[in-house]
Amino acid sequence: MNALIISAVLGVIMMFGSTLLKQKNSIRALATGGMLLLLLANLLEMGGIRFFQVELKGMLFFDQFALVFHSLLLLAVLLYIILAAPDMEKVGVNYADYFALLFFILCGVAMVLAFKSLLILFLGIEIISIPLYILTGSDKKNLKGNEAALKYFLLGSFSTGLMLMGIALVYGARGTFSTLANPAITPMNLNLLIAGMAFLLFSMAFKVSAAPFHFWTPDVYDGAPTVFTSFMATIVKAAVFVAFVRLFDELFGDFDGKWRLWVAVLTAVTLFIGNITAVFQQSVKRMLAYSSIAQAGFMLFALYAMNGDGKEGLLLYAAAYCFATIGIFAVLARMKDYTFDGFNGMGKTRPFIAAALAVFLFSLAGIPLTAGFLAKFYMLKAALAVPGSAWLVLFAVLMAAVSVYYYFRVLQAMYFREPGETSHPEFPAYFKWVLGAMAALVIVLGVLPELLLGRLYF
Amino acid sequence: MISLFLILFPMAAGMLHFFLKDGKTARSFALFSSLATLVIALLGLTVYSQPEQHSFSRPWLTILGSSFSLQADGMGKVLTLLNAVAYPLVILGTWQRVYAQPGRFFGLMLLAQAGMMGVFLTTDALLFYFFWELALIPMYFLASQWGGERRIPVTFKFFIYTFAGSVLMLAGLLYLQTQTADHSFSMAAFHKLKLHSATQLKLFWLFFVAFAIKMPVFPFHTWQPDTYEQAPAATTMILSGVMVKMGLLGLARWLMPVLPVASYQWGDVVMSLSVIGIIYASLIAIRQDDLKRLVAYSSIAHIGLMSAALFAENLSATQGVMIQMFNHGINIIGLWILIDIIERRYGTRKISELGGIARQAPVLAVFFVVIALANIALPLTNAFPGEFLMFNGILGAKSKYYILFVILAGLGIILAAVYTLNMIRRCFYGEPGTLSAAGGDLQAHEKWVLGIIVGLILWMGIYPQSLLGLSEGFSLQWLERIDISYLFRK
Repeated sequence: MNALIISAVLGVIMMFGSTLLKQKNSIRALATGGMLLLLLANLLEMGGIRFFQVELKGMLFFDQFALVFHSLLLLAVLLYIILAAPDMEKVGVNYADYFALLFFILCGVAMVLAFKSLLILFLGIEIISIPLYILTGSDKKNLKGNEAALKYFLLGSFSTGLMLMGIALVYGARGTFSTLANPAITPMNLNLLIAGMAFLLFSMAFKVSAAPFHFWTPDVYDGAPTVFTSFMATIVKAAVFVAFVRLFDELFGDFDGKWRLWVAVLTAVTLFIGNITAVFQQSVKRMLAYSSIAQAGFMLFALYAMNGDGKEGLLLYAAAYCFATIGIFAVLARMKDYTFDGFNGMGKTRPFIAAALAVFLFSLAGIPLTAGFLAKFYMLKAALAVPGSAWLVLFAVLMAAVSVYYYFRVLQAMYFREPGETSHPEFPAYFKWVLGAMAALVIVLGVLPELLLGRLYF
Repeated sequence: MISLFLILFPMAAGMLHFFLKDGKTARSFALFSSLATLVIALLGLTVYSQPEQHSFSRPWLTILGSSFSLQADGMGKVLTLLNAVAYPLVILGTWQRVYAQPGRFFGLMLLAQAGMMGVFLTTDALLFYFFWELALIPMYFLASQWGGERRIPVTFKFFIYTFAGSVLMLAGLLYLQTQTADHSFSMAAFHKLKLHSATQLKLFWLFFVAFAIKMPVFPFHTWQPDTYEQAPAATTMILSGVMVKMGLLGLARWLMPVLPVASYQWGDVVMSLSVIGIIYASLIAIRQDDLKRLVAYSSIAHIGLMSAALFAENLSATQGVMIQMFNHGINIIGLWILIDIIERRYGTRKISELGGIARQAPVLAVFFVVIALANIALPLTNAFPGEFLMFNGILGAKSKYYILFVILAGLGIILAAVYTLNMIRRCFYGEPGTLSAAGGDLQAHEKWVLGIIVGLILWMGIYPQSLLGLSEGFSLQWLERIDISYLFRK
């Protein structure tokens, strides 16, 4: 609850900040300080210290899982703001407003992580989505950005409609919005419930860009300013995934026979389309867009398996994926050339940055001793506990082997090719420190996952 | 503790190398640290040979059912010894090569050594997978950064191939872990598994493909000749001399004792693939003009014989494989060193451009002939006892088709003699070629390296017991583990 209220307040403060503060540096400092405060408040809540006593009427419940996940995401956002805040200046003139929107999104993130009522889920998803539409189109002079924003808005509204329909049907069947209640379902109502479940499945699949509901993703990720793509593809996606898994666990956990096959098909199709299409990309940014689809395929295993390993795996996966992707996007945002050739010879000209990128790429590809490996490992282990899923696991590992192809193309460019004509940008010292710390974090989580997973139970 | 040192020492030395800028310092330090590793390995075989000094176990990743466990059994000892002996020879053998970013080159080489030590020593399946990848990635970087003209696509193919194999293995390991009684990755738990034979028959291929790609066994070999040709000389030596043994070790330690029924059932298929590989690779080797590619294909044939012998499942064949793993490593490193010397001296590896080298460089010729003859298993050289034991073993195999396998594999030996003797004849005798007219004989340090290799060849050829004794206990125990005759007893 701490983080939810503080992020809303911070959003408002940043909005007024744009009129009061003229210096970009002070805006940035305010945002970073606010973010730090937010993380601290959430960590305190994990320790049992609550600043606000609010009667929630059972609509929200901040359990340990939600709090650990939220802390992780807030840490990722903090690192993201430190790395990417200077790049936001290049997007447009409304510098403080971007931060305001980010804080509002975090407010929605807190809601979807801890919802116990379908209304809160809907509110949370909308609070996340609307600022994202704005951020996608924030570079007003860029035609591609405008197109992406409109596309995102139209398709996003459509999926919101589906979701609302699903919620209505589920309400019709259960007679309550609460996910905690356990009303008896009559055979007549069961059909309603299953229809509602299908709508919810499709709309949530849209939000996490699972194939075949992924068509908006490459265009939107490519069209949006790179700094915001990074935010969208990591923090937002991870949060919505938690909502997805919680929704199906709490509401439809008893009917897993009905939806498991659908999720299996979604997973397989997402893995296939994401990985195979990423192979053919020429721009690193677009490759990362498809890679985010492919990684979503792996995260869907948590939904498919719906067991303890799956949830632990989702936490680890979110950590591995967010840190690695934020790191790569932060470097990419400063590059002049977004093609693979733009990275040529970076191992020689910028050895430190290249080494950190190599760690991130290893993690995304699932090479051992990085968090990405253990995350994939957990997902596969969770899936194997479900009888009859050997085919899906085999398919997933083969797709992981395919993913090596496009991640390692960046490595090849950095280490095995000579520098091209376009020079690589200079990276300030603090940037290197933060990037190095993120790379270290990825390795530490890959060697000692207990550090994160242990938090879930204490 | 010895096992732990064998991994940690090269790893620490390798990481230190990344901070070295000067080529000569890096090279000397690499030689020093690889010699130190050799000393540790030798101490482990002599002074500290008690079993408790070879095992090490600490909890790690316990939530996954894994632990950091090392244990040197007979096969582990033979292979760590090979790994420890190979590195000083390789570094000294390519002493005159100059590398861009030498610190990084030698650092990656030593990291690969640490990874392979881990693969040879660990008794935990997850740790095995970690080390498997830890050995692969430095090799990929080495071959891609310092290799020949076509290095990037060629080594990428190698990497993707091997990685695809290893993720299949990972899926298999995960499945096995869920089947164990205590959900652990330990080798002991895996060996206790008694899986249904239908499951075994399917699981077998997940593991076999991974190991077959590594060795490589026909038809998974297509990455190998290109990679050996394009990788820098020192990397090729380690790749072909030591790293391919990871595949054989995988078969012997993680596949056959865990899935004994499937290993028996698929034995004929594997042996067929192996002998097809022997004949196929030997025939291609005859037609090769590039020395490196010739040796690369001959290596496929040798590995094919070893994998066939492993599936013969008897003591003679197993012991043959154990000593041959060591001896093949020594011989092929010797050949690569000679080819590297020829390439540096004459500027070519093409047989058609060489000729008459024996006149200018008689000492080089003598070494070449001895090592090449060892490669085709002439009596009194090290490969002879190994191949003899393996053939003897295949003759005693339970397979219905054993006689066919022996004949075809024997044909491979004849073909090996054809391409090896032909290579010696065309490179060293006859009229001097266009490029081989100039160039002197061996230098002192090259004589030392080759002298040591020839010494090892003769020692192991005359007194193979020194290796056989090391692995005998392991082989006997292993045969007990893969024995499935209890299934037929009523």
